[in-house]
Amino acid sequence: MKAKKSDYPNDWSRPMVEVERLTKSYQGRQVVSGLDLQIRASELFGFLGPNGAGKTTTIRILTTLSRPTSGQVRLNGIDVVRQPTLAKAQFGIVQQHMSLNRDLTVRENLELHARLHHLPADKGSDRIEELLEYVEMSGYADQLIDHLSGGLKRRTMIARALIHRPRLLFLDEPTVGLDAQSRRRVWDLIRRMNRDGTTVFLTTHYIEEAESLCDRVGILDQGRLIAMDSPLNLRRRLGMVTVEAQNEETGTEYSFFPDRAAAASMWQGRAGHERIVMRESNLEDVFVELTGHKVMDG
Amino acid sequence: MSNSLATRLWMGSQDASTILWADLMILKRRLGRYMLTTLISPLLYLVAFGWGLGRGMNMNGTTYLQFVVPGIIALTAMTTSFNGAGTRLNVDRLYFRSFDELLMAPTGTLSLLIGKALIGVVRGLVSSSAFIAVALLMGSGLHLNPAFIIALLVTCFSFSFLGVMAALLARSHQDLATFSSVILLPMTFLGGTFFSLDQVPLALKVALYALPLTHSSICLRAAALNQPVPESSFLAMLLFMLLFFLGGLFALRRSSI
Repeated sequence: MKAKKSDYPNDWSRPMVEVERLTKSYQGRQVVSGLDLQIRASELFGFLGPNGAGKTTTIRILTTLSRPTSGQVRLNGIDVVRQPTLAKAQFGIVQQHMSLNRDLTVRENLELHARLHHLPADKGSDRIEELLEYVEMSGYADQLIDHLSGGLKRRTMIARALIHRPRLLFLDEPTVGLDAQSRRRVWDLIRRMNRDGTTVFLTTHYIEEAESLCDRVGILDQGRLIAMDSPLNLRRRLGMVTVEAQNEETGTEYSFFPDRAAAASMWQGRAGHERIVMRESNLEDVFVELTGHKVMDG
Repeated sequence: MSNSLATRLWMGSQDASTILWADLMILKRRLGRYMLTTLISPLLYLVAFGWGLGRGMNMNGTTYLQFVVPGIIALTAMTTSFNGAGTRLNVDRLYFRSFDELLMAPTGTLSLLIGKALIGVVRGLVSSSAFIAVALLMGSGLHLNPAFIIALLVTCFSFSFLGVMAALLARSHQDLATFSSVILLPMTFLGGTFFSLDQVPLALKVALYALPLTHSSICLRAAALNQPVPESSFLAMLLFMLLFFLGGLFALRRSSI
């Protein structure tokens, strides 16, 4: 029987991902510095950071593609360095780039991974049909990957990542390059997978995606985790209301307030600004305030 | 043999055959085009050297055609096995990055190496067999005995492992192309394929005996002419195969945890 998210009430006590004092250095430069992270079972966790913050390096270590310089990583209690083969069976991954075998059909791609994860042939076939239905791609099963649209390729990658029923799913920029409609379908799929009990580790450049989907987000900057909480708590800490003072000469100045009344009393009657905009704070405000970067900045 | 070792060996062989299965599906889809492109070079060599340049030449009691055909088989096995395993892996690893998916699957390093090398072996055998068929039709008088088949298999395995190793160590597509130009191309002409090493100066002969293709040519030629296969050359072939296998293993272990 599938676990449901409701089976793990708010305490979500069992850690699915445990990272302790993780460090990774390349040619004397520390890319990840003493990272500590715990992701609870059935959580939908967003991992944010500007380019070069160390997100990709962290994910490569978590998914056994890179060896840490020091520190420990456990997936579902299994150490990725000491027991890599067992650790690999714990997770599925949807990479940012299109990593399907383009010369195989959708079904063949799924079959390849079912076999690599040692699913018996009959169970593998059933699982493939089930997943094709899950991602609404039954009609495309025998099409070559090269003949599919970007959205369909992404859904095939999601189906492939789920083939062995992993408890943990890494989604690395799962909606990059997709149109709005395809993006929403992928969002629905992510929510559904998480409701079905899968722990989701999501990295994204789209802050609204993290805000809309994630239970908690961690913000990484220069290899260090500088904030980790629910999007709502992070916004509360910053101030729920943002005032943008747009000035042609000095640029836009941002101020944050706990509520509209506080913001209004501060800004009422202020002159010299071209335009004042008062709005709800969002996760992007938190991100920019903490890192000093726009999300896409290098 | 303990139960767990037997289980691991069984699962390892299953993983390797799964990896081969995917590559075979691709080969099956492109077999016609593959056969056409892979046979052009050896057939040109056969026409140019066997029929053209070497017509009427005698090589220690055999015709030049009988001499050169085993050499062309060796170089066909070399290039198709190397490219069959290496080129595709290089593209999958650096361009499509789909090789990461295999690295993240719960598959042992050994199975992954063997699985990726096997497609090179299959491609090498398919191309060599097609060329052998053509050569037989042309009256090359090849003897297809067990020694010949073993020498051909060892050649295909050696250069497949070399292809996997080179593809895993390459940092760009250009690196692999450079490797082919600097290592494989000179070997094609100097590895005892088109001329007898008895005719070259001693210093060069020593250098040429350090090439794996030289020993493949010597063994294949001896077997094809129904002569005893020199043990030293066969041993050298096995050593090269082991060396490239270990090199591939090292390169693969460097690629992931």
